[in-house]
Amino acid sequence: MSDKRTTEDEVVADLRDGMTVGVGGWGSRRKPMSLVRAIARSPVRDLTLVSYGGPDVGILCAMGKVSKLVTGFVSLDSIPLEPHYRKAREAGLLEVVELDEGMLQWGLQAQAMRLPFLPTRAGLGSDVMRINPHLKTVRSPYDDADELVAMPALHLDVALVHAHRADAQGNAQILGPDPYFDDLFCMAADRCVVSVERVVPTAELASGGPVQSLVLHRLMVDAVVEAPGGAHFTSCEPDYGRDEAFQREYAASARDDEAWAAFRDRYVLAPSHGAYRRALAGR
Amino acid sequence: MSNETFSRADICVVACAEAFRGDGELLASPMGTIPRLGARLAKRTFEPDLVLSDGEAFLVDDPGAAEPVVEGWLPYRHIFGFVWHGRRHVLMGATQIDRYGNQNISAIGDFQQPKVQLLGVRGAPGNTINHPTSYWVPRHGPRVMVEKVDVVCGVGYDRAAALGPRAARFHEIRVVVSDLAVMDFDTPDHRMRLRSVHPGVSVADVVAKTGFELVVPDEVPETRLPTAGELRLIREVLDPDGTRLQEVPG
Repeated sequence: MSDKRTTEDEVVADLRDGMTVGVGGWGSRRKPMSLVRAIARSPVRDLTLVSYGGPDVGILCAMGKVSKLVTGFVSLDSIPLEPHYRKAREAGLLEVVELDEGMLQWGLQAQAMRLPFLPTRAGLGSDVMRINPHLKTVRSPYDDADELVAMPALHLDVALVHAHRADAQGNAQILGPDPYFDDLFCMAADRCVVSVERVVPTAELASGGPVQSLVLHRLMVDAVVEAPGGAHFTSCEPDYGRDEAFQREYAASARDDEAWAAFRDRYVLAPSHGAYRRALAGR
Repeated sequence: MSNETFSRADICVVACAEAFRGDGELLASPMGTIPRLGARLAKRTFEPDLVLSDGEAFLVDDPGAAEPVVEGWLPYRHIFGFVWHGRRHVLMGATQIDRYGNQNISAIGDFQQPKVQLLGVRGAPGNTINHPTSYWVPRHGPRVMVEKVDVVCGVGYDRAAALGPRAARFHEIRVVVSDLAVMDFDTPDHRMRLRSVHPGVSVADVVAKTGFELVVPDEVPETRLPTAGELRLIREVLDPDGTRLQEVPG
């Protein structure tokens, strides 16, 4: 069987300007941050991000990588508003497709099932329809004749997600309380990259947690990156919680250009995940 | 209660609890400190069948308990299916809200380049069109209670009416609880109406701090006071650290 292990930099070397990249996790929870930083230090640009947004969005906006964002919100959870994202938005630096959170799920689900759209009541009557004039409604062909939002499929060139364990073949395990939408991100993408806390022999997956935690299958995973602490500073329960002190430092770096440059050079542009972890240890 | 002292925050907790009265067995989703205390108070008193979440993936007996008992698993992957199923009542915040209950938590100013970027529409469009919604306004003022919201996230009664009775058949905005008053939409055209004012607040105060014309009945009662049992629960069990006073001081 194929060994899908690779590194952050090799993953990012395959990205092209203008690609649509989906990022798993939710807010400041279980985000593939080592992959996000690898994008940040690469020359790739003009990306469309699809994300239940957290610091993945903030960092990539601050680095000038994002021309378009598809999202339902951007938040750091314990810090409700993402300051770097706010800055980019208020400067008009990117186009935003803001959707109801459930519509975003439906768009990924439609793409995962290769359907052009899925119907939903969510969005009707709201300004989601005004600010996204590309959205259309559809009438039920049955007796009810309900008019519903036709949420279009959200196609991703690449999905990036972070899980707890995986084998080298790409079977990945999520041990935390919430798998979020990571499986849908994987299935909506042409290419799916999973970073994990630890690569283990296949037999250790089922022995290491309930079988219901084996939610990402090698059928839908193309590359595996071993990145211990790879979700830092977002939460990765039960392996580790959010690093709130570091998150505060990150948020404070939006204060001015000087503060951001210092934070960026020390952490975001650390040349590898290992170097980032050494920078953290040296705090 | 004449010989008891209570804070404005205590009144607000009880008013938020009252928002869930009659709900029976449904998922109560309060957002914000005082709404969460309100839902927990309702569950411990007059609505014992309410279902509460820990704010992450678990349904628990009491989200504020040191070691809550887990009674179910409801990850985000299943939340929206549940929203669309309808057995839920959300008590959300609003950065702006208008007379018909249109709510904004997305952006202030032009959406393309906002003056202030807020959270995003989150689940507000889907919530409001699928199940009962109430709102919590911790600082009642003319910049929150506005003539027109900049981005309609939660759908108000005028927008719902325009969709027609079938599309809007699950739409209901029950109450708006603020730090000054309780409002509802119990008027012929579902314009916001002053239902009660909190103790120490005059009708004129509320009208002056509302940026649109509020429907004011001839008689406006005072918001219900906490019972002795409710006060004890709030102070000793639900919020001994007084976090509610950070949301509504005084």
